Amino acid sequence: MLEKALEGSRKYWTWVIFLLAVIGVGFIFYLRQFGYGLGITGMSRDVSWGLYIGQFTFLVGVAASAVMLVIPLYLHNFKKFSKIVILGEFLAVASVTMCMTFIFVDMGQPTRVLNVMLHPTPNSVMFFDFLVLTGYLLLNIIIGWTSMGAERKGFAPPAWVKPLVYISIPWAISIHTVTAFLYAGLPGREYWLTAIMAARFLASAFAAGPALLIILAMIVRKLTKFDPGKEVIQSISKIVAYAMAANVFFLLLEVFTAFYSSIPGEKNPFFYLYAGIDGFGKLVPLMWISAILAVIALVLLIYPGTRRMEKTLAAACVAVFASLWIDKGFGLTVGGFVPNPFGKITEYWPTVPESLIILGVWAIGALVLTILYKVAISVREATAGIEIEH
Amino acid sequence: MYNGGKILLGILIFLALATFPFYNNIGKADVEPKPSIDTPAIQKLSEKKCIEPTAFMKAEHMVLLNEWRDLAVRDNNRVYVAGDGKKYTISLQNTCMKCHSNKKEFCDKCHNYAGVSPYCWDCHLAPKEGK
Amino acid sequence: MGIDRREFLKIIGASAAFALGGMTIVDAIVKDDAEAAQYTPEPGALVAGQWAMVIDMWKFKTEDDRKRVIDACNSAHNIPDFGEAKDEVKWIWDDSFEHAFPETEQKYLQASLEKMPFLLMCNHCENPPCVRVCPTKATFKRSDGIVMQDMHRCIGCRFCMAACPYGSRSFNWSDPRPYIKHENPNYPTRTKGVVEKCTFCVERLAKGEMPACVEASNGAMVFGDLKDPNSKVRKLLESTYTIRRKPELGTGPNIYYVIRGADNA
Repeated sequence: MLEKALEGSRKYWTWVIFLLAVIGVGFIFYLRQFGYGLGITGMSRDVSWGLYIGQFTFLVGVAASAVMLVIPLYLHNFKKFSKIVILGEFLAVASVTMCMTFIFVDMGQPTRVLNVMLHPTPNSVMFFDFLVLTGYLLLNIIIGWTSMGAERKGFAPPAWVKPLVYISIPWAISIHTVTAFLYAGLPGREYWLTAIMAARFLASAFAAGPALLIILAMIVRKLTKFDPGKEVIQSISKIVAYAMAANVFFLLLEVFTAFYSSIPGEKNPFFYLYAGIDGFGKLVPLMWISAILAVIALVLLIYPGTRRMEKTLAAACVAVFASLWIDKGFGLTVGGFVPNPFGKITEYWPTVPESLIILGVWAIGALVLTILYKVAISVREATAGIEIEH
Repeated sequence: MYNGGKILLGILIFLALATFPFYNNIGKADVEPKPSIDTPAIQKLSEKKCIEPTAFMKAEHMVLLNEWRDLAVRDNNRVYVAGDGKKYTISLQNTCMKCHSNKKEFCDKCHNYAGVSPYCWDCHLAPKEGK
Repeated sequence: MGIDRREFLKIIGASAAFALGGMTIVDAIVKDDAEAAQYTPEPGALVAGQWAMVIDMWKFKTEDDRKRVIDACNSAHNIPDFGEAKDEVKWIWDDSFEHAFPETEQKYLQASLEKMPFLLMCNHCENPPCVRVCPTKATFKRSDGIVMQDMHRCIGCRFCMAACPYGSRSFNWSDPRPYIKHENPNYPTRTKGVVEKCTFCVERLAKGEMPACVEASNGAMVFGDLKDPNSKVRKLLESTYTIRRKPELGTGPNIYYVIRGADNA
């Protein structure tokens, strides 16, 4: 089936070559980082994780969100999703690929990364994260690829795929729960030390992932003959609306606990992120943009008129994605490190090489996504009109 | 043959890449490396013998060093009892390199020949030698 | 070439058996060597059930007293000086009371405390969060309570730095070698991309010596076995008022700080 990715329009190839160029630039800067060390990033002994781990955290959520299509289709027999579920699964594959690449570029000694397997350490959450991510990647590749192959030949997927689909549901929840546990179990990092971290992660994941999927579905519909259908997009938009509402609710719960208890350690990260402390406030504008975007998105998503109109829905989805990217992909990681264990403030801001490496990794994800979507859509276009039992 | 030209070209490129090590080394002298053990410390030894027989050290020193580092750092066993019963402190810098103070003529000779670059020296300091 | 399924399976089976047999022989050879060699701890090594330290800052009279202690460690362990706070590698360093004990700050603090610098280092916790999170066991707790760092195994994921509530772990953001002023040829440096920290001088304890900082402190720092009721640290803890950094986190820090009243200053 992969050969379908080797033929395409001029536009397709321009896009692929553009992505390869961005990857190339990122790779050159990664080689510099490999040679010099992580000192070419904006990280420091106080903010020892930065955007790399932030992107990883955010993208685990996008990957897990495929389950929001799988649950209605397989557990509630919501047939309308049968056409689009493959887009969700392939989005998961691309996202997990990016997650693993981000972890890899964040390693100080990347050549030793297999020590994680060589010296398995069950008490480390990172060890488990490695396991569940690898498993989730394999599950989605197998499920997506087999269903696609069957569809091309005009058959329903083989029976053994079904149990894998069912396994993938709790598995998706687990990858994001484990990722939340990376943060939520550390003494002395009050911003992360919260029992609703995993719940908050899942809520934001189920908003950001499906929002991205709606945007992707709209792009696909515009560029190809494949149309997931207006109703499908409307159904997903309701998922985004509920999840985004839950996410904002959870964030407000955190704000209440911090400020009503009035414990300095709980309040300080919020002060740093949203107001700045002692003149240090590089993240303040970003965090407020995130908050404002979240409010705009919620209004557009909750009011039925704007949710049903595709233009405003698209705007709402972009707002959800951007807001959550800032909140989770940037603020969450950095906020946990400020102030540092001595009550002092060291700020973090990504450097140019770091940003280009990040762009390169996103381009890798986009390339994987493009190729997988190209295959899926080519198969769809070839079998258009043939009805398949799911 | 369907697409014959492309296939042949592919095979040629593959062969060119796969045989690279051979033609890249054509004409280069293949001289067996002779690591030097001529250092002041070794000259002083009455019997010029490493901690284990030379054949073993030649073949297994990397395994031994790997074992050493785990035993010293992780198990706090810092004394090595050799096959002949003699005891040595486990330390690359303070035991091995005290005799073999000529890293360039000893370690590097073979390592360069074999094309390996062990990362021991990223952390462990080599003895000071004249350039 | 006529090879049927049966024959093929036979060949596979035979080669598998051969491979397994070969492995056994190799194992036997390797084992032999392992048996010939033995490893033991150093005979004169200092041992303990749980190493701990009591630090009396009132005994440091001048800045030089403090500097001497810090320098003793820095030069023994090839600690680089990157010259920038954000890249700093610190095994032992000093900071104010307010920063060392951030949640105990008060407006009207005893004057002698307010200006007193405290020596800080790894607390060698009883229940170390850094060890809990490390995905490769590169950092681990020894039977004598020392939280050890295996720089050979560290992959540089920095999870331990996020987990340590004391800021006691440093990462090599680039190659430290150019930033080491005087190399100690008897101790390794580190390489870029690994985490490092105070090890309570395991290399000195193995030779029967006290940690470098303790030796340079003229008695202001006392090091000993917490499990031994007759040890100097236990006697001191029983007779003096001491505090620890962030004990409420349940990490069980093993560095104790003597606190004296203003009249004793």
